Amino acid sequence: MVTKEQVDHIAHLCKLKFAEEEKERIIHEFNVTLKELEAFNQIDLENVAPTLGVNKHVQRLREDIVGPSLDRDEVLENTVEKQYGYFKLLKIVE
Amino acid sequence: MDIVKLSAVEIKEKILKKELSATEVVKAHLNRIEEIDKDINAFISINKEGALEAAEKVDEKIKNGEELGALGGIPIALKDNIVTKDTKTTCGSKMLENYRSPYDATVVEKIKAQDGIIIGKTNMDEFAMGSSNKTSFFGPTRNPVNTNLVPGGSSGGSAAAVKAEEVALALGTDTGGSTRQPAAYCDIVGIKPSYGLVSRYGVVSLANTLDTVGVFGRDVSDAALMLSAIVGYDEKDSTSYENPTHLVVEKDLEPTEYIKGMKIGIPREIYLDQIDKRLIGVMDKVIKVFQSLGAKVEEITLPHLEYGLSTYHVISAAEISSNMARFDGLRYGYRAKEYSTLDELYINSRNEAFGDEVKRRILMGTYYLSMGLGREYYEKALKMRTLIIDDFNKAFKDYDIILTPTSPILPFQLGKLKDEPLTKDLTSIFTAPVNLAGLCAMSIPCGYVDGLPVGLQIIGDRFKEMNIIKAGLAFEGGMKNGI
Repeated sequence: MVTKEQVDHIAHLCKLKFAEEEKERIIHEFNVTLKELEAFNQIDLENVAPTLGVNKHVQRLREDIVGPSLDRDEVLENTVEKQYGYFKLLKIVE
Repeated sequence: MDIVKLSAVEIKEKILKKELSATEVVKAHLNRIEEIDKDINAFISINKEGALEAAEKVDEKIKNGEELGALGGIPIALKDNIVTKDTKTTCGSKMLENYRSPYDATVVEKIKAQDGIIIGKTNMDEFAMGSSNKTSFFGPTRNPVNTNLVPGGSSGGSAAAVKAEEVALALGTDTGGSTRQPAAYCDIVGIKPSYGLVSRYGVVSLANTLDTVGVFGRDVSDAALMLSAIVGYDEKDSTSYENPTHLVVEKDLEPTEYIKGMKIGIPREIYLDQIDKRLIGVMDKVIKVFQSLGAKVEEITLPHLEYGLSTYHVISAAEISSNMARFDGLRYGYRAKEYSTLDELYINSRNEAFGDEVKRRILMGTYYLSMGLGREYYEKALKMRTLIIDDFNKAFKDYDIILTPTSPILPFQLGKLKDEPLTKDLTSIFTAPVNLAGLCAMSIPCGYVDGLPVGLQIIGDRFKEMNIIKAGLAFEGGMKNGI
């Protein structure tokens, strides 16, 4: 079953945070769901191949030709901070 | 003549015959939106100027005797997770409240190239996570059949807009039933094409191996017209498939002609404990309609169907958690006002802008992809998917189509779903397995019980869209003839 420490760990991995009472609810939901997933154990899956995608056709190759791309100014219009034609980030290296 | 009541096919014909101008058509629909959308809330944004400009261009073409595209002058709505340059694309979320895409999705380019007229962008469950449109940041959409009911979701806005005669056609998306279920609840036709038939380029990803673009119309011919206009290989989507079959329907045949020689399977697994018992009576009637049209109907078995919903839940959550990582507050989307480190920027932005359902699914998916028991179940779900696909493959060796109710329950009132599921969505129980297997399926109206519309799901094999369209036309004709 899922513990509070595990919830903290995965919340950190996916960059979310939850209040203590929310964590209680989440743990409950996890445990209900995991209980339902126990039904998977009724089926022998030992020698079954996993499916990662349904279209099995061969990927096409094409010539690497330079073509028009997105307009830099239009792309940058959606960001909060920009500088010199780039997205501006916090300083992360001293 | 009440223009908004015309079908898409009729609109196109009248424009070609110069009985109507595209401008008249667009104005009539814009007026309808003005009049009714405050009660329905189907739209997040309306592209009035763009629509009128596009209509003028169509009228100009007609005047100059130029050939008109397949969607000439038809008003179309797009679900707000399909990116457009002209209007914002919000995905029903605070995260993208002001997002404007620098490019058009491939399906949008195709609509424009064929003279279709994009009227606006429709409301949806936040990032398409939900099945009642209640998780939208822009407020819930109401069902035009009865505004106390949910329209279904996540493409609830598109389905409602078509039903309310605000547009003739609409696009939605369908990852686990998000086109078919709202089509059923709003009493219209919705088609989820085979995975890869329609390009996903410019469609905001939910779960990449399950996502498809779906279409809505008020009848089968309209939905088929919409679908035929957007199919095809796209080099910008490496999973798109160059479909060798053209979606061309022979018009005005007798219903029996469309269904001639078809074998239909009814999975015995649909008679679940959780199904609304009134639907069993409806299914009996549906079977009789198909039999009297001359089809051979037999019971079949899909032994792993019962694991479909759990399999879908695990795989979709895993893919969602990975997709949603792109919303970091840096390049686009909401950014929190307060933060002092990069980590805080990410966490605060995501926390403030994502709704509860989105957070819940990201968290679950991260668990399935990262640790212990979760990882074990993810691997089992991938294998279960294989068994579900094998079941369908086996069935389609002997049968042309498979019938189920679209949803195991009837449309419900907002916030009043009994035993509202915690993490899984019961309403997807018959639709999600279709996405797992990459098949095509249609939801088609099959009457009302106790004032509530019922949708029938017609499932076809991969890239056999013509089978579901023909069966839909036969059923629609049969119902009309009072069979």
